[in-house]
Amino acid sequence: MEYSLEEVMETVNMTLFHNFDIRTVTLGLNLKDCIDSDIEVFSSNVYDRVTEYGEKLVAQAGKLEEKYGVPIINKRISVTPVSLIIESCDADAPIEIAQALDNAARDANIDFIGGYGALVQKGMTRADARLIDSLPDVLSGTERVCAFLNVASTVSGMNMDAVIRLGGILKEISNRTGNGVGCAKFVVFSNAPEDNPFMAGAFHGIGEPDFSLNIGISGPGVVRNVVEKNRDCDLTALSEIIKRTSFKITRAGELIGRELAANMGVPFGIVDISLASTTKVGDSVAGIVEMMGIEKMGAPGSTAALALLIDAVKKGGAMASGNVGGLSGTFIPVSEDSGMNAAVKCGALSIEKLEALTAVCSVGLDMIAIPGDTPAETISAIIADELSIGVVNAKTTGVRLIPVPGKKAGEYVNFGGLLGETYVMEINRFSSRDFILRGGRMPSPVTSMRN
Amino acid sequence: MTKYLVFITVIGKDRKGIIARISNAIFKHNINIEDLDQKVMEGYFVMTMLVDMSDSPMTIAELKKELSVIENEMGLKIQVQHENIFQTMHKV
Repeated sequence: MEYSLEEVMETVNMTLFHNFDIRTVTLGLNLKDCIDSDIEVFSSNVYDRVTEYGEKLVAQAGKLEEKYGVPIINKRISVTPVSLIIESCDADAPIEIAQALDNAARDANIDFIGGYGALVQKGMTRADARLIDSLPDVLSGTERVCAFLNVASTVSGMNMDAVIRLGGILKEISNRTGNGVGCAKFVVFSNAPEDNPFMAGAFHGIGEPDFSLNIGISGPGVVRNVVEKNRDCDLTALSEIIKRTSFKITRAGELIGRELAANMGVPFGIVDISLASTTKVGDSVAGIVEMMGIEKMGAPGSTAALALLIDAVKKGGAMASGNVGGLSGTFIPVSEDSGMNAAVKCGALSIEKLEALTAVCSVGLDMIAIPGDTPAETISAIIADELSIGVVNAKTTGVRLIPVPGKKAGEYVNFGGLLGETYVMEINRFSSRDFILRGGRMPSPVTSMRN
Repeated sequence: MTKYLVFITVIGKDRKGIIARISNAIFKHNINIEDLDQKVMEGYFVMTMLVDMSDSPMTIAELKKELSVIENEMGLKIQVQHENIFQTMHKV
């Protein structure tokens, strides 16, 4: 046989026993040509575009799941940043378009639709401001719409006026949705990628063609399994082993992504090689780090271990595909990763350590529950801290914080389903108010003098 | 005619008749066995069968459904996957 039994079984075991899956196939859709001065026509154009392609996506993805025996967990759509397409519309347009997106996603059986957002790193247009003001209504009034804001970049610095508004807006979204779960559908970014397939921050950037099929692969369980089988090797050898595994799963992801794009008649975009954990036991990024020899995620050594892990994943992925893109970092969403959660519960992991992890590899403070009484300025300050790491290091960082109304540090909260469960994290009680309220724009950093 | 190659992989406790039942099921649907390999790995019987479905009216989904009857009756795990994924992962 052309293949050894071991080779065949390696692939089969990945899918049967180690949770290898395509985490998401996300079709980017240009909506600029849907614009109409009549909001009813405009909404109807948006609805028709999303349902037509959403239905195709779901049907074709289902066929490939059968063909390759690899589950495709989420079928999603990302669209042109909505603030761009409502520039010429009335004040009600944001809500109308959000509703059209939500209805279309529901009717096409798309679980989340991303792109309700704006890029305001340097300043806001009237439409950007309207969209930001609409976030509490949209995130509490729709089911499947995900929102993003890019408020900082290495080239432009950070728009602190937008950051100030976000503290209050997050609290409002939180107060209007059960357990603050509306905040799980909103990410604030620095250096947001235009082709990210993962929610909540996916959008179809302005440099993209009419359509772009992007794919997010996932295999924390697969990587954990190879680390478990190689308990005694040194870190150089371990990196090599992880690299090989990453190569294989990236190749499989690209195969499925390309074939799906071809079957739909749309261009293939990118493979995002981020390790994305789920709430399933064994499918945890923290679990990999702990298998590498760290007693609990967050202990000293966690940053180094995670840096080694994602570097090996990137090297394997980059050799496997010429189309690696999107976020391609580590996702360590606290509530969605059973190992991260356990580390928070036992006190091994703090928000400050999570911030440190983002300096080397992780893409942000993700799915973190914070006390409901955290002051708005403190939330803005946490966002500013996290995004500064992205700005200065020329990388993407994002923040998805969930202030949980009525809950204090240490209390348990369940967001339901894939959003998981967690414990409210302790937040430093000292104030940043006077700094944050200065507003303005933090200038872009000097990019030489790198120390 | 271009071949439509598919791997049928079986994992479970070794017992009589596994290969016979699977071969019989696929023979009925005009599926040709191209290659076959089996061994005991980590205490389990594993078998991989490379088959050509180009002359069969069946889809992979239908084949999977048919084999799931054997899977349940004999306490096995059976996976059916197009060969492309193995080629992509293991042959550069």
